[in-house]
Amino acid sequence: MNDAFYVASGIAVLSTALAITRANGVHALLYLVISLLAVALVFYTLGAAFAAALEVIVYAGAIIVLMVFLVMMLNLGGAAAARETQWMKPRVWIGPAILGIVLEAEIVSILARGDAGVPSLAVILPRDVGIAMFGPYLLCVELASMLLLAALAGAYRLAYLERAEG
Amino acid sequence: MNLLLFGLLNIIGILLALVIGAALLTWIERRLLGFWQDRRGPNRVGPFGSLQVVADMIKILFKQDWIPPFADRYVFVLAPAVVMVAGLLGFAVIPVTPSIGIAGNWNIGVLFFLAMASLSVYSVVLAGWASNSKYSLLGGMRAAAQMVTYEVFMGLSLIGVVMLSGSFNLTDIVRAQRNIWFIIPQFIGFIVFLMAGIAETHRLPFDLPEGENELGAGFHTEYSGMKFGMFFIGEYIGILLTAAMITVLFFGGWEGPFLPPILWFMLKLSVFVIFFILLRAALPRPRYDQLMSYGWKVLLPLSLLNVVITGAVMLASGPAG
Repeated sequence: MNDAFYVASGIAVLSTALAITRANGVHALLYLVISLLAVALVFYTLGAAFAAALEVIVYAGAIIVLMVFLVMMLNLGGAAAARETQWMKPRVWIGPAILGIVLEAEIVSILARGDAGVPSLAVILPRDVGIAMFGPYLLCVELASMLLLAALAGAYRLAYLERAEG
Repeated sequence: MNLLLFGLLNIIGILLALVIGAALLTWIERRLLGFWQDRRGPNRVGPFGSLQVVADMIKILFKQDWIPPFADRYVFVLAPAVVMVAGLLGFAVIPVTPSIGIAGNWNIGVLFFLAMASLSVYSVVLAGWASNSKYSLLGGMRAAAQMVTYEVFMGLSLIGVVMLSGSFNLTDIVRAQRNIWFIIPQFIGFIVFLMAGIAETHRLPFDLPEGENELGAGFHTEYSGMKFGMFFIGEYIGILLTAAMITVLFFGGWEGPFLPPILWFMLKLSVFVIFFILLRAALPRPRYDQLMSYGWKVLLPLSLLNVVITGAVMLASGPAG
């Protein structure tokens, strides 16, 4: 399981880096899908099979599809890729690189101190997730559902306005 | 060692059966369509035309495999592979019988199937985008909207089955149907799942991503040779997968009297595959907006209602296990 964890997390890091540096939108999104699949595998090796399945179904299977849909609808072509390449000058990388180095230093120092702790390999069943969500975290679930309801009403209103005008 | 060998045989056997079955389906479908439409269908090559598959294979393998110069090469090649991989991986969780099946006993079986179904969207969408042609793009966009929409109810329609059996494990789900097939307590769930399954495999009457009378051939307009062949076979693998899931989830899987389990499974599976083909022969294609509004306005409330009713009945009939 440990080897699987390291391979999957390595792929996740690599594909995320590639997703950031691609100039072509669809290619970047494809690497992001690979990254999400790798993260799902990481979850699975840590015993969270349910979270892994949801990661694939919700993120890779629905949200990124919508992003691809958007990129397709805009159908930007070569000019956008060229512009994107222009934006990615080395100077742009300075800020993010500093922040990234700070984070990395933090992790390295934690690892060096040796109290990173082996992740617990308790297998979490869908039942446990459900009990946790509708038990101690009920308030969060309700708040999230209210937020989603507001978003739904907003989307409906926008589409309604468009139809009324058109 | 023996266990390993058995596992390998299992995997290779299922894989071969699937690919050969999907290839044979191309012939079976045309014969059956011919039968229902009062014509003969392919009947020249071999007995009853059964070697038509071989002839088609030889033809498609020797055709020029052309990648249009305006296409995005890598994504264009990747797209047909995705549909095959996702479809074949989905089969890993199907318990054909208690002993035949790759991961039939997995505790997230249902979720894994849904995950693979949702990943198969990419093949159509990416094919549409990478072809860099208008018809393909339109087909790909239709596919994206249609499949994301119908995925929602596909998941929701299965909640009732999961509630009744108390498990995502497909083997447990089959065992929970020993007394009564889930088609009876979960009839609404079955109907919604069937519709969603047809839409997910984008078969007629929901094949709007292809829609040959308006979009050329939709998302695979620019494909030729074996890449087109993979979309074609991938579609049949999707049918087989959906039919197998219906068998396992609603019709008691391998359970049945007298005959051995494997035969029961095959029998039930073939009934649903033939039903899929009959739908193609019998129904016209709806308009695209009808398809979408039917999904959101009818099937979504219906599947939610199914969850509510199932929960209410379970609460009323005593403490759930």
